[in-house]
Amino acid sequence: MRITQGTFSYLPDLTDGEISAQLGYALGRGWAVAVEFTDDPHPRNVLWEMWGLPMFGLADPEGAMQEVLACRAQYPGHYVRVSAYDASLGRQTTALSFIAGRPAAEPGFRLDRQETTDRRLRYSLHPYAADRPREERYAENSEQNGTQGG
Amino acid sequence: MNQRPEPAPRGFAMPRPGTVQPAPDCANGAEPAPLPADATVDLGSQEQALRISALLGRLDAEFIGLAPVKDRVREIAALLLVDRLRQGYGLAGSRPSLHMSFTGSPGTGKTTLATHMGELLRELGYLRTGQLVSVTRDDLVGQYVGHTAPKTKEVLKRAMGGVLLIDEAYYLYRPENERDYGQEAIEILLQVMEAHRGDLVVILAGYADRMEVFFRSNPGMASRIAHHIDFPDFTRGELLQIADTMLEREEYRMSPEAREAFAEYVSLRMAQPRFANARSIRNAIDRLRLRQARRLVAAGGVVARDDLMEISAADVRASRVFLAGVAGSGLTERGLAPHIPAG
Repeated sequence: MRITQGTFSYLPDLTDGEISAQLGYALGRGWAVAVEFTDDPHPRNVLWEMWGLPMFGLADPEGAMQEVLACRAQYPGHYVRVSAYDASLGRQTTALSFIAGRPAAEPGFRLDRQETTDRRLRYSLHPYAADRPREERYAENSEQNGTQGG
Repeated sequence: MNQRPEPAPRGFAMPRPGTVQPAPDCANGAEPAPLPADATVDLGSQEQALRISALLGRLDAEFIGLAPVKDRVREIAALLLVDRLRQGYGLAGSRPSLHMSFTGSPGTGKTTLATHMGELLRELGYLRTGQLVSVTRDDLVGQYVGHTAPKTKEVLKRAMGGVLLIDEAYYLYRPENERDYGQEAIEILLQVMEAHRGDLVVILAGYADRMEVFFRSNPGMASRIAHHIDFPDFTRGELLQIADTMLEREEYRMSPEAREAFAEYVSLRMAQPRFANARSIRNAIDRLRLRQARRLVAAGGVVARDDLMEISAADVRASRVFLAGVAGSGLTERGLAPHIPAG
């Protein structure tokens, strides 16, 4: 199941050229871009691990693009996300966030039903990949990862 | 932003992941078909050629003297234009390496030109953003093991698309300390200069003799820099011209006698030690302004706009350079230590 989240969730995966163009757009607006990654893409897991520090003071997307590529190469089988932070007064929030890399195969989520008191039901989403230990969650397809961006 | 080719109409179907062909790299855009081999292009009418000549005209106006430097910039501009034309014919072309080293005496305009270089190269279409990131050793070299590489990479990332100016680059390399981290910074620099040749231009600036030592101990650096540009010292006439433009920019003017006195001043100052070309001229003008202000305040009374702008011959003649020139030992007679730069 292909996970979608962020700004371009409705589009097919962005190519490297498109990612670079988006980085350029963010930098042009004066936003600081950051690269994050995770292997726990549960929709409620909003805090992914940071790849280095947010990049302030960049002018050209090339520097940030190198970080995206480096993160993908270092963490194959992980989701990689680019987020752009708008520090301007009154906004001060993430202005743009999109997935810039994903594992080649995504097993998806199952719905867990838990019966509690008085026949009430609680539901939770459980990623199949989370049954495996960290760093191995998408490991079997790690060698094919990172090629999606063409 | 994302100009995708229109996909075939599919009614209201949701796009299926993986089935849509990735759009061609929109950052590079589609190249137009090459011109036929027998086509001709009028160099003079090219829009880019016009822009280049305007640009070079401005460079000529802003920088006085520096003929070899301007020649080199002209060559680079011409090469970039010809490359563009060759592309039009579909001829092979690689991006020329434009890393430069600026060497020359103090005050010959190395740093000033470097700050203009980014804008220049952007307008020539070589650089994407053309911003200038000016750094010295402190910004590149860390204080402990493992500190240097991230620091240098951070700076390089900021410089992408523009110019990285390393002022007084020879401080990067400290031969007397073999555990110095400067070498690490140099290695990262070299690597990026090679791999990202089209993304950024590295300019090393510094005094000629020390740069020579630096390059001798880092042959890799010397060979990766295509343009070694030596900034000549200014002649007396050029220095006077520089003074004129500086005064004009500050909205001052000299009386004819003051100008004459200033020309004399420049000749005397040039003969003295620690003469730093345009920088000395700038300092001299700053002191002229001081003396003019003191004169005006001491005189009191009513002043007009012209009085505030005018620098008189007396202001110039009050300089210690004249004392030294006339009395020979003027400096010591006045009880000044000889190491204070004469002004």
